[in-house]
Amino acid sequence: MIELIRNPVLHRRELLRRFTEHLDLVLLSAIGLLMMVSLFILYSATDGNWMRVFSQLINILAAFLALWVVANMPLHYLIRSAVPIYLLGMILLLGVALVGDISHGARRWLNIGIATIQPSELMKIAVPLMMAWYFEKHEATLTLKNYFIAALLLLMPVALIARQPDLGTALLISASGFYVLFLAGLSWRVMIGMAIAAAASAPFMWSMLHDYQRHRILMLFDPSQDALGKGYHTIQGMIAVGSGGLFGKGYLNGTQTHLDFLPERTTDFIFAVWSEEFGFTGNLILLAMYVFVIGRGFIITANASTYFTRLMAGSITLTFFTYAFVNMGMVSGILPVVGVPLPLVSYGGTSMLTLLLGFGMLMSIHTHKQLVKT
Amino acid sequence: MIHPIELKNHQQEIYYFRLRLVLSLVFVLIMLLILLGRFFYLQWVRHDYFQTMAESNRIAVVPVVPNRGLIVDRNGIILARNYSAYTLEIATRKVENLAQTIAELSVIIDIQPKDLKRFRKLMAESRNLETLPIRNRLNDTEVARFAAQSYRFPGVEIKARLFREYPYGEGTSHLIGYIGRINEHDMQQLEENETASNYIGSDYIGKTGLEQSYEAELHGTTGFDQVEVDSGGRAVRALSRSAPQSGNTLVLTLDAKLQEIAEQAFGSFRGALVAIDPNNGDVLAFVSKPGYDPNLFVDGIDSENWEALNNSPDVPLNNRPLRGQYPLGSTIKPFMALTGLHYQSRDPSRTISDPGFFTLAGNAHHYRDWKKGGHGTVDMYKSIVISCDTYYYGLAVELGIDRMHDYLDLFGFGKKTGIDMEGESSGLLPSTAWKMKRHKQLWYAGDTVSAGIGQGYMLATPLQLAAATATLANDGHGYRPHFIKQIQRHNQNSPLFQPQANPVVPMLPQDIDLVKRAMEAVTQPGGTAASASAGAEYRLAGKTGTAQVVGMKQGESYDASKLSEYNRDHAWFLVFAPADKPRIAIAVLAENGGHGGSVAAPIARKVLDYYLLGKLPKPVSAPAATEPETDHD
Repeated sequence: MIELIRNPVLHRRELLRRFTEHLDLVLLSAIGLLMMVSLFILYSATDGNWMRVFSQLINILAAFLALWVVANMPLHYLIRSAVPIYLLGMILLLGVALVGDISHGARRWLNIGIATIQPSELMKIAVPLMMAWYFEKHEATLTLKNYFIAALLLLMPVALIARQPDLGTALLISASGFYVLFLAGLSWRVMIGMAIAAAASAPFMWSMLHDYQRHRILMLFDPSQDALGKGYHTIQGMIAVGSGGLFGKGYLNGTQTHLDFLPERTTDFIFAVWSEEFGFTGNLILLAMYVFVIGRGFIITANASTYFTRLMAGSITLTFFTYAFVNMGMVSGILPVVGVPLPLVSYGGTSMLTLLLGFGMLMSIHTHKQLVKT
Repeated sequence: MIHPIELKNHQQEIYYFRLRLVLSLVFVLIMLLILLGRFFYLQWVRHDYFQTMAESNRIAVVPVVPNRGLIVDRNGIILARNYSAYTLEIATRKVENLAQTIAELSVIIDIQPKDLKRFRKLMAESRNLETLPIRNRLNDTEVARFAAQSYRFPGVEIKARLFREYPYGEGTSHLIGYIGRINEHDMQQLEENETASNYIGSDYIGKTGLEQSYEAELHGTTGFDQVEVDSGGRAVRALSRSAPQSGNTLVLTLDAKLQEIAEQAFGSFRGALVAIDPNNGDVLAFVSKPGYDPNLFVDGIDSENWEALNNSPDVPLNNRPLRGQYPLGSTIKPFMALTGLHYQSRDPSRTISDPGFFTLAGNAHHYRDWKKGGHGTVDMYKSIVISCDTYYYGLAVELGIDRMHDYLDLFGFGKKTGIDMEGESSGLLPSTAWKMKRHKQLWYAGDTVSAGIGQGYMLATPLQLAAATATLANDGHGYRPHFIKQIQRHNQNSPLFQPQANPVVPMLPQDIDLVKRAMEAVTQPGGTAASASAGAEYRLAGKTGTAQVVGMKQGESYDASKLSEYNRDHAWFLVFAPADKPRIAIAVLAENGGHGGSVAAPIARKVLDYYLLGKLPKPVSAPAATEPETDHD
């Protein structure tokens, strides 16, 4: 220690080593590229509003701090935190259902005095974490019953979130939970059975949906039917993407964006801004960045040493991909408008935080495995 | 130590896991390919289509509505103008919760139920990119109050719009008419005339009066701005512009002051007055009493005011001079005299002995003179001065209805004058052929008798009588009456309106001279309008008339006090002056006014005094029906 203090160069180097010790620099640079894209395109989407860009930068830095903390956390902390986080999330979700604030016709927010929080965001991490913990606990004696219980752990929060109603988040959490089940080795026969059951219950599910949700699904098939109403989002998004062409209209030159045609263009529809201004080429570049992140996630997953970490890493990676796919699919008109932000690019602190928490876990999994082995 | 089975399980587990991971990877890649395919489809295959969509999205052709032309009188006094006022408008497409927005707006700006009603009606009819007014004519306080809070109301804005205003209000209501919102019927009309494209963006169109007749001149040419718009339809930046051209200014032949004096001269009487310049057909005054406030109609009249106007027994919405058809009564006598002279049916010096009634051969029916006991010995001159009915009963029978028809037709009775305003009535000039065609009946001799004193089938509008009087005053040289003196077009020499001569009515100089002299005597002591020329510094020639509203039975006599107001006789007076060189010819009708000489003549006299001498009438000098008058007709 004394030597460190005496030698500033060594001191700085050692500090840097300790700071980056648990960061995966490959993954970090891939994430960093997407974040730069975020700031870059946000400037255009806000018509040159530096305040919004700066505010997003703050979101990124805060989320990065969370990533660093989680990445430096030993894995057993993570395992131990699974149950408390899940329970907290469930309590908050019940709280929302009972006394939540209503905004835009849905009950999603909970006012806890100092801030309003959206517990469903927390569940994006808590559900796969809980399920991975559960499988890890019963690793030695897995039976169909365990899969059933894990599925229940998934469906309870999903049902509460779907009731808010927040169909998009419910589906995404379902997906992240399903990835855990799938990677945990759920038998093909059960999956096929579930698929059949899902198809059979579709009419019932349809009747459970809210009108606006049905409308959005119907609009997917023919957005022009309601060009000024619900189909408006889809049509304008498709026009933005399609009119971008091969090379796009150029940075800050998107007419759909700058003439106020694109709805929610800093959040859910930010991909349309990118796509309009940089065209097919830009989309290829963006997809490549996502592939880079996902690929690195797969490598981390493949090399994960324990059952828990494998499930967790796989679920985080696949969920990240799902977010990106659903958002881009929604903007380009092959999926209904479900209100999913483009991961790491859309404006917003909460989704940024949730995502980086996930990546923090990935990094923790990747950098702590030697320690586990020894 | 490691158990061998466990180890095997562990390896197998990793194997299965990696298999599933590879399957996931394949799934991810397939999904990415789907996305790529979608991008390719949208951005390569269908690029042109979406490019066009984006272009049409952002470039809108916005019509620029021209300013409506002004209407001024012959001296440049403004009768219809535009003024700019602030309106509160809502781009309904931009507003998510309209009801809530309106509720919040009404806290800071007074929005009446009728405003709401109108707004909803507009919404039902509106096109998509429009902003719709919810309140017109905001005052400065309201504008300021909204401006301070406008951030709370996206999609709501204050706009400056032009409104039409009629400074003379009621006084010129039937002449100028009014504009109103374009309705479906107007739209159809515009499409038929292939002028609909000029009305894109226009909200208003002339509905009645000159606003309607001269719509094509007043409207102007709509300009177009090519603008970049945002999705709310708001213009962001202009790309190109073709400027609108304001409507043309109508300069009327009307004298607004004369109109005002004539209108006020009626006092509480209903009726009509038309004053025409006999030398060219210029309409100098065109009064219909009562009128209405045309300003009420501009924004769409509310139902209460509409009901009141529509159901009033005074029928204020009826354009009396143009559309009101009345029996001419004794005002036909000068024309009848000319007819007799034309056909040389009567020598002017031939006298009759008037016992106070007329009978047809072989019929006991008494056609009564208005004066019991008769006028004694009467020649043509005296028959006009004292308005002898018996003389004209006989003359009519001698002439026969068809000759009467043919000659009176030349004065324009029974047909439209062709004045430049829509909706004119043609009146009725009967003939044997007409009766056969219309009623499938033969013409009876009795019909002719009453036609001789302007009763029976014959009907005329005040405008027709004024035009005929002008023709008579001008010795048979009539002109088509018209309202427009000049249309001032932009940067163009605007020629004055050329008078359009009607076919000349043949009459001998000595004949018309006799009739005119008699008509002059009518306005002097001994005539039926004995006091009409009292104190006048010019010579005037006129004729009184009384049009029966209800018929009287044989042996019954007319007693105004026994009849309800609306059943009393209409009072007529026609006049021209100066008698030797006429500059103005007037027909006055005072509905249920009783006697032409006592009610209608004083109205005409005020108009003449102003027009010929510039003399303003004394204040508080409304004519009274009970004014003592020795003679009546």
